[in-house]
Amino acid sequence: MAQQVSAKEPTAEQIAEQKIYRQFGVTDAEYELICGFLGRRPNYTEIGVFSVMWSEHCAYKNSKPLLKRFPTTGPRVLMGPGEGAGIVDIGDNQAVAFKIESHNHPSAVEPYQGAATGVGGIIRDIFSMGARPIALLNSLRFGRLENDRVRYLFENVVAGIAGYGNCIGIPTVGGEVMFDESYEGNPLVNAMCVGLIDHDRIQRGVAKGVGNPVFYVGPATGRDGIHGATFASEDLTAESEAKRSAVQVGDPFMEKLVMEATLELIESGIVLGIQDMGAAGLTCSSAEMASKAGNGMELYLDEVPQREEGMTAYEMMLSESQERMLFVTEPQHEEQAKAIFARWGLDCVKVGKVTDDGRLRLFHKGEQVADIPVKALVDDCPVYHKPSKVPDYYVKNGSIDTNRYEQVLDLNGALKKVLGSPSLASKEWVYSQYDYQVRTSTAVVPGSDAAVVTIRGTRKALAMTTDCNGRYVYLDPEVGGRIAVAEAARNIVCSGGEPLAITDNLNFGSPEKPEVFWQMEKAVDGMAEACRYFETPVIGGNVSLYNENAKGAIYPTPVVGMVGLVHDLDHITTQEFKAEGDVIFLLGETKAELGGSEFQYAIHGVTEGRPPELDLAAEKKLHGAILGAIRQGLVASAHDLSEGGLAAALAEACFGRGLGASVDFQSNLRPDIALFSESQSRALLSARPERADELAAWLDSQGVPAQRLGTVGGDRLTIRVNGRAAIDASVDELRKEWKDAIPCRMK
Amino acid sequence: MNFAVLVFPGSNCDIDMLKAVEDTVGQPVDYVRHTADDLSKYDAILVPGGFSYGDYLRCGAIARFAPVMNEVRKAAAEGKFILGVCNGFQILTEAGLLPGALIRNKSLKFRCHPVDLRVENANTAFTLDYEEGEVVTIPIAHGEGNYYCSEETLAQLKANNQIVFRYAGENPNGSVDNIAGICNEAGNVVGMMPHPERAVSELLGSTGGARMFTSVLNAFKKRAESGATTGARAY
Repeated sequence: MAQQVSAKEPTAEQIAEQKIYRQFGVTDAEYELICGFLGRRPNYTEIGVFSVMWSEHCAYKNSKPLLKRFPTTGPRVLMGPGEGAGIVDIGDNQAVAFKIESHNHPSAVEPYQGAATGVGGIIRDIFSMGARPIALLNSLRFGRLENDRVRYLFENVVAGIAGYGNCIGIPTVGGEVMFDESYEGNPLVNAMCVGLIDHDRIQRGVAKGVGNPVFYVGPATGRDGIHGATFASEDLTAESEAKRSAVQVGDPFMEKLVMEATLELIESGIVLGIQDMGAAGLTCSSAEMASKAGNGMELYLDEVPQREEGMTAYEMMLSESQERMLFVTEPQHEEQAKAIFARWGLDCVKVGKVTDDGRLRLFHKGEQVADIPVKALVDDCPVYHKPSKVPDYYVKNGSIDTNRYEQVLDLNGALKKVLGSPSLASKEWVYSQYDYQVRTSTAVVPGSDAAVVTIRGTRKALAMTTDCNGRYVYLDPEVGGRIAVAEAARNIVCSGGEPLAITDNLNFGSPEKPEVFWQMEKAVDGMAEACRYFETPVIGGNVSLYNENAKGAIYPTPVVGMVGLVHDLDHITTQEFKAEGDVIFLLGETKAELGGSEFQYAIHGVTEGRPPELDLAAEKKLHGAILGAIRQGLVASAHDLSEGGLAAALAEACFGRGLGASVDFQSNLRPDIALFSESQSRALLSARPERADELAAWLDSQGVPAQRLGTVGGDRLTIRVNGRAAIDASVDELRKEWKDAIPCRMK
Repeated sequence: MNFAVLVFPGSNCDIDMLKAVEDTVGQPVDYVRHTADDLSKYDAILVPGGFSYGDYLRCGAIARFAPVMNEVRKAAAEGKFILGVCNGFQILTEAGLLPGALIRNKSLKFRCHPVDLRVENANTAFTLDYEEGEVVTIPIAHGEGNYYCSEETLAQLKANNQIVFRYAGENPNGSVDNIAGICNEAGNVVGMMPHPERAVSELLGSTGGARMFTSVLNAFKKRAESGATTGARAY
């Protein structure tokens, strides 16, 4: 084995003696394993390559045993986890590809580029499958907006998402943003992309055909993002700021060109395998493509386009420069491929070839600088079963009575406070910075339960949403995990869609902490159970661990991204009340459940107790009843009840068209609990007066408890509980609280 | 009537513009790449929104040098109908086909939402089917839509009735005199920040932009009836 070219790089002996591998997150035991696979000590390039491939980010070494618990198959699933994105059949030879991915750590130190490249990365995952990206969503968590640093992060994360998505021309149609001190210093930035694809165009990242050339497409490789995957797999600390160089820099214009050229290349039918260079760049794409084909690969690094002088093999292999792709075709198609990229002003360079020896061999400046068994890199990373322990806080919370708070009598004031809480408040400040209409297919714009994007040339549409209430998951990970899936499905259903499948982004603290690992286990169990019950398999996702700040782990936040199929455009339903005189129904049962609620946080300043219960059977029944009613044309508006309970849901339904409502809620609960409880499996429907009886009869036939609350009309929201006045406020006044909450804090 | 939708590297509302032509007037429409050197077969040239050349240097500043722009200038001089929307408007000002410039929104933020526009000039090829003073809803989506020009130019725009649209409600970007869209002196070249191609379907929010497409078809028909092939103010 040749010595490294750069004099600065430590030798294999120095790496061993000084345990330099530890800096890359490789443990002593892992180092010994690597030596075993190689039959010698790794040089600097090799240990670098191993360290990124064996990072949590690439190898899921701490989460793999948990991920196996998810259902991943189903009659509609065309592609499950393991490729760039999962793919689900939607009929007529069409399919939908989608995936969510985190860019939490980069965004914590460089929010604009961190968020922007998160968007860029997930878009590449979609078009590398051959799918045309049609929509973006994002799920964001920040600390409290009273904190200067949080405002800086929030402002720039949103600007970064906008900067990338707007420029590349993919509408950002939905998502969620929540604020809680738990996320201070460690924001969550999860980006999801949805694409459309014909069945016969589905691509895989596979290096097929021994002897075939391997091509590199996209901008030149620089020194940015080196060790990004390793950085993402450790705790954020005060020193993290110094790792800014591990954050990549995005160029959405370049990605637009690469995307159009790649889709054209795939359309031409000459691609054998293609994969984007995301985390761990050239290393991960080459190793995974070779592995999936059971082949090996040789790379000639002198051929790799470089934008900086004197780059070493180590730097090129670990760079996470953006907007790059790797693909394999047959030699006779080389000119055709090059011509397609030339049309878009892009270089397409042959950088390697597929081999039959199962090894990843790297050549640089006339020497072989690495020789690693592909299988060792991709499949043989040790998997850890971390110890798990029930946290003390969980035990303590079991005995907290969340109904013990003194009764709140000023319910007008309470509603305003809840509506003005940034987590619940209008997110217009955010989404008005996103181009949510480009491609002119967005039928339901941000702000309703789920976004709806039409499919041109058909009567179909796709509903999409992201959901997760980290407070619920913190208070009870298993129930919280179930709720995350259930709420996503409820949002899809309220928009007129049939839930198809989910992608998940598991954001947790350090798995080295047994209490955190317990949260992971329980949350995954809850989600898996709900996914099985609703027949919405997990078709892909991402794990982001080590999300910690000075106070400890963030709230466990397993974000669910769900896509549903709207079978006919006539079924598209939104949350706002439509017309005076429409009759309002509350579906589901309201129990005394304030644990983890927005009311508890905003009014009483705590997050404690147990979260609301979730009965999967009741939830599924509710979905069937709502979807059935929508399909029969009985529903004017539908809105799921979530944060802020019935009072907030009624107010939100009033805001869309500025229509008031007058309701009387029959309940045996204390009024403040009745109106702000966050009991699950509930929804608010409205119907034209002449269809109201039919709707009531339908709901009854479906066994879904429903209460006729009142009617839409006027310009005030008037809520009585058991005939007694509880809330009476003008819709404009309430809307102002809700609408101004974030802009006022950002001034 | 033949429509061309120009495609520069980084254009991203090209598909929307093409769909809008198909859906509103159903006339033949082609994508024409930035390298094209012949636009003679087209009667209307639509310059769509997006981020041509990544907005590098300045919005529209690089696109003006694309080969196809020579043909656009020629077409403008011949009196053909030309519409630039959003980045297309920016390109037309950079190319000198329309006066003034578009600078950063006063808020310094990208803004995407519907706006109310008042039709100030219903005599251009693209606004014939509107009533003067009518208010229509059309969305905006831009970070650099703040129309700026000298006082002298503004006086000329007013004197020649070149202000085609004004923001009727809140001014979303700080534009001089609430200007949302203008035309050249001859009236055959129109540029505007709001996106009429996004406002051609109730399902997708509004239909306030549809008549811009029917207008230009009617203008084309009128011109054909009058036998005029070129020239200013043919209607």
